[in-house]
Parts: sequence; structure tokens; C-alpha cells
Amino acid sequence: MLNYLWGGMILIAVIYGTVTGNVKEVGNAALDSSKEAVELCITMLGVMALWTGIMQIAEASGLTKKFIKLVRPVLRFLFPDIPEESKANDYIASNLLANILGLGWAATPVGLKAMTELQKIHLEQGGEKGVASRAMCAFLIINISSLQLIPVNIIAYRSQYGSVNPAEIVGPAIVATFISTLAAVVFIKVTGKREKRG
Amino acid sequence: MRFLIYLSDFCIPLLLFYMVSYGLLAKADIYKEFTEGAKDGFRVTIGILPTLIGLMTAVGMLRASGFLELLSKLLEPVAKMLLFPAELVPLVVVKLFSSSAATGLVLDIFKEYGPDSYLGKVTSLICSSTETVFYTMSVYFMAAGVKKTRHTLAGALIATATGVAVSTILAGWL
Repeated sequence: MLNYLWGGMILIAVIYGTVTGNVKEVGNAALDSSKEAVELCITMLGVMALWTGIMQIAEASGLTKKFIKLVRPVLRFLFPDIPEESKANDYIASNLLANILGLGWAATPVGLKAMTELQKIHLEQGGEKGVASRAMCAFLIINISSLQLIPVNIIAYRSQYGSVNPAEIVGPAIVATFISTLAAVVFIKVTGKREKRG
Repeated sequence: MRFLIYLSDFCIPLLLFYMVSYGLLAKADIYKEFTEGAKDGFRVTIGILPTLIGLMTAVGMLRASGFLELLSKLLEPVAKMLLFPAELVPLVVVKLFSSSAATGLVLDIFKEYGPDSYLGKVTSLICSSTETVFYTMSVYFMAAGVKKTRHTLAGALIATATGVAVSTILAGWL
């Protein structure tokens, strides 16, 4: 997908730039932007390292494990089809936690493990192969509704581009994330009810 | 709205306070763990650098060619109907497919209009409250060998639309 998206952007820029007589600017922009990307990464290094360092403390002091226990009842509510003793519960909890803390790269590996577990449960419960189970749909919708509490990367970008108060958006971002996740939960519950009836 | 601003100011300090005091009480080797974890941050940031260079270059070229302005002009009628800023339509569309490509656009918006402008704030909030719908779905469902995704897409798009709408409204109040 990125092949066409990225390639398209560059080709369009050169063609459109030539047509509008901005071709010199396009060339300069290419050189300047690549330099800028490196400068941005240097700013981000600090924020990201601080964040992952703090998260490591949470992991080492047992806070992460405590949280996973804490979300159990939430999981039972969202995924009534998953058996209590299944490993899928732990995977889903770690995935949600990583997402909440804004550790997207840590979320994907456990998320994929959760999906394979859910697939096993689906087949054991006599589900059709190649078709998403109710729990899979719910897991993905919750995941995509965005759970990130503190948008670390956005804060870093904002500070790089001279924001007076880069963290100003944290409060509203929590509200926006909460409402979009709420919409997801309502959707899941409504479709779930309909399925049971039909 | 006051409350939200307080929340913004206190969120990070409180979180740091909580994590550190919890670590101390649990008798964890917090400073060593911190430096260990910070190394991870380096790895992750350096890992995204090539992507960032590629996409910032492409978006920078598009901006310089004047194409982005043309695109927002073309999208203006649609955006007006939805009461949404036309300049941000490309961002929302790209964000459905690729978060790194969206980052390129975000940085362009911050550079062009400033992160504290209305557009900058809407952008910050949209990025914090939405996910890459199609990318996530394809990666996760591929892992489970699922072809029929049933109502996942509908639910994901509803959640995304809600996130975008709430972001636009909240940014107006900030």
C-alpha cells in the first residue's frame, strides 16, 4: 500500500511542481524535509526515552501485572465468549494496556497472539473457519477506537514545532479517546444483542 | 473546559509521581530500570527514522509543489457540508491506511499553521483519538487467517468518525 501512496506523492509533486513552475521549490523541499526528519527524531529521542524508561519502572515494580488483573471484569463484559481460563485474556489485557500507555509497537505482537488464541477458541466452539468470531470483531473494534491516554509522540511533535504548551491537548485527547471507545463499546453490545436474538 | 486544562497540566507530573513512588514502595531498582527502559526508547525512535525521512520528504515535496492547496480547495465543498476543515480531510483519509504517512501530514500541518492554531489542535486531537483502521484490520485478521470480517469495519469506522467529530468540537473550545 505504501508503495503506491509514497510513490504517488513523489510523482505527483514533481509533475504538479513542473506544471505550476514550482519545480525548484520541490527540489529544495526534498532536501530540507529529510534534514528536518532527523532534527525531529533528535527531539523525540528525549521524550520517547523518558516514556519507555518510566514504563520499564512500571513493569519491574509489578504495576503492569496488577493492571492486567484489574481489567479482568472489563474483559468478561466485553468478550463474554472467551473462557475464563484462556490465555487470550492475558494477551488481550497486555495489548490494551500497551495501547493505553501509547506503546503501539509493544501492542502489536501480543495483539497478534491474542488473535491466534481467539481463532482457536472460535474453532473449538464450532465456528466457521476464515470467519471472524464475535470476540475477534469486538477486540479489533476496541483496538481501532484508540485507547491511548497520553499521546507521547504528538506531544513531542508539538514541542518540536514551537507549541507554547505541548501537553495542553492531553486532557481533551483523553475525553476524545474515551468517547470514541464508548461508541465502539455501544456498537459491540448492540450488534452482540442482535446476534443472540437472531 | 477548565477541568480539562487542569487535567492536561497534572496528567504527566502525576503519572511520574505515581510510577516512581510505586516503584520505590515495591523496592524495585527504579533508576537502573529507568535507564534500561530508556534504551528501548532510543531503539524505537531510531527505528522509525527511515520511515519519517521518506514520508516527510514526500509530503514536503507535495506541499512545495502547491498540490496540497489544490487538494484542500477541491475538497472544500464536501468538507463544508460536514462542518470540517478542508485542510484536514487528506489527513483523516490517509490516517485510515497508514499512521506513518499520516505523521508526515501532521508535521506539515504543524509547520504550516502552527501546533497551537485551531487546525493544529484539531490535528493533535484526531491523531490521539483515532487508529489506522485498514492497516490494523489487515494485520490482525491476517494473523488469524480470517477473510470474512463481518461487522468489524462498520464498528471501526463509527469509532473513528466519533473520534474525529469530538476532536473537532473540543479543539474549538480550547
